[in-house]
Amino acid sequence: MDWSFIVKFTPMYAEAALLTLTIGATGIVCAVIVGLVCAMVKYYRVPVARQIVSAYIELSRNTPLIVQLFFLYFGLPKAGILLSSEACGIIGLTFLGGSYMAESFLSGLNSVGKIQLESAASLGMKSGQIMRHIVFPQAFSVSVPAICANVIFLLKETSVFSAVSLADLMYVTKDLIGMYYNTWEALLMLVTAYLIIILPISAVFSVLERRLRRAGN
Amino acid sequence: MRGIEVLFLGNNMLRLLEGLWVTVRLALISIGLSLILGSALGAAMTLKNKVVKVITRVYLEIIRIMPQLVFLFIVFFGVTKLTGANLSGEVSAVIVFTLWGTAEVGDLVRSAFGAIPKHQFESGISLGLSKPQLYLFIIFPQALRGLIPNIINLSMRMIMTTALVSLIGVTEVLKVGKQIIDANRFDYPNAAIWVYAAIFLLYFLICFPLSLVSRGLAKRRADK
Amino acid sequence: MSEHIIDINHLVKSFGENSVINDLSLSVSRGEVVVLIGPSGCGKSTLLRCLNGLEPIQGGSVTLHGEAVEHGGAGLHKVRQKIGMVFQSYDLFPHMTVLNNVILAPIKVQKRGREEATEAALALLDRVGLKDKAGAYPSELSGGQKQRVAIVRSLIMNPDIMLLDEITAALDPEMVHEVLNVVLDLAKNGTTMMIVTHEMAFAEAVADRVVFLDGGVIVEEGTPAEFFHNPKTERARKFLKTFTYSR
Repeated sequence: MDWSFIVKFTPMYAEAALLTLTIGATGIVCAVIVGLVCAMVKYYRVPVARQIVSAYIELSRNTPLIVQLFFLYFGLPKAGILLSSEACGIIGLTFLGGSYMAESFLSGLNSVGKIQLESAASLGMKSGQIMRHIVFPQAFSVSVPAICANVIFLLKETSVFSAVSLADLMYVTKDLIGMYYNTWEALLMLVTAYLIIILPISAVFSVLERRLRRAGN
Repeated sequence: MRGIEVLFLGNNMLRLLEGLWVTVRLALISIGLSLILGSALGAAMTLKNKVVKVITRVYLEIIRIMPQLVFLFIVFFGVTKLTGANLSGEVSAVIVFTLWGTAEVGDLVRSAFGAIPKHQFESGISLGLSKPQLYLFIIFPQALRGLIPNIINLSMRMIMTTALVSLIGVTEVLKVGKQIIDANRFDYPNAAIWVYAAIFLLYFLICFPLSLVSRGLAKRRADK
Repeated sequence: MSEHIIDINHLVKSFGENSVINDLSLSVSRGEVVVLIGPSGCGKSTLLRCLNGLEPIQGGSVTLHGEAVEHGGAGLHKVRQKIGMVFQSYDLFPHMTVLNNVILAPIKVQKRGREEATEAALALLDRVGLKDKAGAYPSELSGGQKQRVAIVRSLIMNPDIMLLDEITAALDPEMVHEVLNVVLDLAKNGTTMMIVTHEMAFAEAVADRVVFLDGGVIVEEGTPAEFFHNPKTERARKFLKTFTYSR
């Protein structure tokens, strides 16, 4: 193991990891927003919008992110829509994650039984109040585990960003291996970087889930 | 925006389909191997042995926490470095996706058996069935019905994930697409949007039916 | 007993082709306890749901003090505050303590102060013997306790009428009593109620008037003494017979 190589290129990996994280976090936040909107559309059965959302969810869930990214990055410019690598990463992750988030939110909303809605209504609560005090608090704790799983899934999916020339961890690794043949060092740093990103998040999530499960009973 | 004709020029469509078959075949081989190895893993996971439990748990966690692409890199670049021989992208892919699929199948098998209520075992035994009979007639059929939708879903995800092999130099549908785009650069400068839209649609046409079947089976089971 | 609380006029309710309530009229006066009985599927639960605007109706009207109760109507949440309803299944909000279940609507809907609402809630919980469970979550309660809390949750709104929809049907037999005792106590104190139940002995004890429904119409109505011991119609006699075992 060539430690000087590792020391030399650590800043490069740190920068790439930061890029992955920034774009990943932005995409995930956007995915949560898109997911919430889609879930509400489906929950309230908004006509027309509901069919559009369903079609979007199927398209997004049944195609690979890398193919979505190729279309955004190499295809769309031909239609006059020129996107930077970063924009492609964020849009791609939002497009993919939005559908996963929508399904998770929706199953949370649907977990609150009809009888609860009726008894809240018969107490004279308005639909806004019912959503705020009865549906959301319960839906939230049901959705959290699925949302956490989605976040981890999406963070892992960011690894394909190099396909649209984003200088992320995979990109840097491939570069270093190609240039210097320090394969093991490059791979070690790659694995370490992903562990540093994902392990703490996954640990926080499992604590959060355990808390919620206890509060639920 | 014109250029959709490119798709139907010469044997372009056929080439795209061939490219798609490269990854679908990789997915099918990996799923086949995963089913065999995963069943064994799942069986091992039901054992009460502590050491086995820890090892399988660690294996599952490692597979879960890392992006599949990272494993592809490790095997593709790492093994080449180690042995000096060039491991092809296809072989690397089968190794990595089988490792992943085995973990997933193992976990599915374990939970499918775990989901069978205890009284099913008890009432089977109290009817006087022998152990092989109990498993053959009572336990396996029930476990299988729970497994099949999940296995179909996994196959679909496997087909989507094998698209990653383009990043380790395997000539599959995305690469073929690029070749077609490059070859028609002058006659059809806008070919890219159509070619990639076509690939997007092809994936959808393969994966969507699988999703529907998997969901349909799962729902039919839940309704019973 | 002259002032009408609820008036049902020529109510028609159907689910698609299936007509469930056919041109039914009925009034409940202040302080009166009306018990609805009848075979399953006779429309008695549907009737209660219509009274609370939970179901759209196809004809006729339901009014509370002359004010229309209309499914989807703009003023529905206002009318509903005056109608308490308790359902068959335990419908407490599982993410809130007993106390918070009870004071949610007084605070959010009636805009009462938290302190006053809490005080009222504790007094009512005390009345049904559950004051010490105020801080518990629904999952820690037995079925009978949950239903008593559900009754309190409606009572605290000071409704003009309480609708009880088979509130003991999902309970273990040994818990039925504790819930019915609470209802009897309410009746004694002059609470106006409309009750759907399968407990005939309870119906006889609590009712001022028994209404026997079958096929979505009122077949017979009268005092409990008349109805249970001297039913006028053949259908009522047949129905009551199903509750006695003869070898």
